Amino acid sequence: MGTGTDLGRVRGLGAAKSGVDHWWHQRVTAVANLGLLLWFVITLVRLPALDYATVVAWLRQPVAAIPMLLLIVSVFYHFRLGVQVFIEDYLHNEGTKLLALLMLNFYALGGAAAAVFAVLKIALGA
Amino acid sequence: MAIVVRPRAPASGRPLSPHLSIWKWQVHMAVSILHRATGNAMAFGAVVLFLWWLVAAATGPSAYAFFYSVATGWFGVLVGIGLTWTLYQHMMSGVRHLVMDTGSALEIHDSKVFATATYIVSLGATAVTWAVILLTKGI
Repeated sequence: MGTGTDLGRVRGLGAAKSGVDHWWHQRVTAVANLGLLLWFVITLVRLPALDYATVVAWLRQPVAAIPMLLLIVSVFYHFRLGVQVFIEDYLHNEGTKLLALLMLNFYALGGAAAAVFAVLKIALGA
Repeated sequence: MAIVVRPRAPASGRPLSPHLSIWKWQVHMAVSILHRATGNAMAFGAVVLFLWWLVAAATGPSAYAFFYSVATGWFGVLVGIGLTWTLYQHMMSGVRHLVMDTGSALEIHDSKVFATATYIVSLGATAVTWAVILLTKGI
C-alpha cells in the first residue's frame, strides 16, 4: 500500500479499510447490467412466444445461456452492493444492521446459486 | 430575525445535514430518491419473480405453466408493466449517475434536464416494450 506518500497510504485503505472497491464494483456491475439487461429484454421480446417450449429451447443455446450466467452474477452482485448501502444508511442499531446484512448476503448468494443452477440444468440437460 | 428551520437534533446534540424534511421537492432530487427506491423494489420484487420464472423453466412444463398463467393474467401483466418501468427508470437514472460520476451535468440546469429525460425515456421504453409484448405474444 505504498511506502510513504499520502496517495500511497490512501490507496486501498480509507476509513473502511477497503478503499473504493465497493463504489467501483457497483459501477463496473452497473455498466455490465446496462448491456446485459438490454440484451435480455430485447431478446425476450423478440422471441416468437414466451411459453415453456420456446423459452427452454432458447436457453439451451450457449449464446443465450452464457450471457444469462453473466447477467445473474452481475445483477445479484450489483443489488447486493446497493441494498448494503441502503441498510447501512437506515438501520442504526448495530445488531439489527448486522442481521440485515447477513440476511442480504444469504438472499443474494442463495438466489444467485438457484438462478445459475436453473440455467445450467436447462442448458446442459439432455 | 430570520427563522432557521432545522431537523430535530439527535440526542447527541450533533448537527444533522439538511434532509427531506426541509428540502423542496424537485425533479433532480426526486430522480435520485427514485433511483434507490426502484433499485430496492427490484432487489426484492423483480429478483423473486425472475427466480420463479427461471426455476419454473428448469423444473418442467407444469411448473412453467403455473408461472405463465399468473404472469399473463391481468394482475401479472400489471406487475410486469410496473417492474418494466422500474427497471428502465433505474437504468436511466443509473446512466445519469454514471455521467455525473465523471463530473459532467452537475450544473442545476443540466441536472434538471437530465433528470426529466430519465422519466421520458423510461416511460416511453415501457410503453414500447409492452406494446410489442401484448401485440405479438398472444397474451
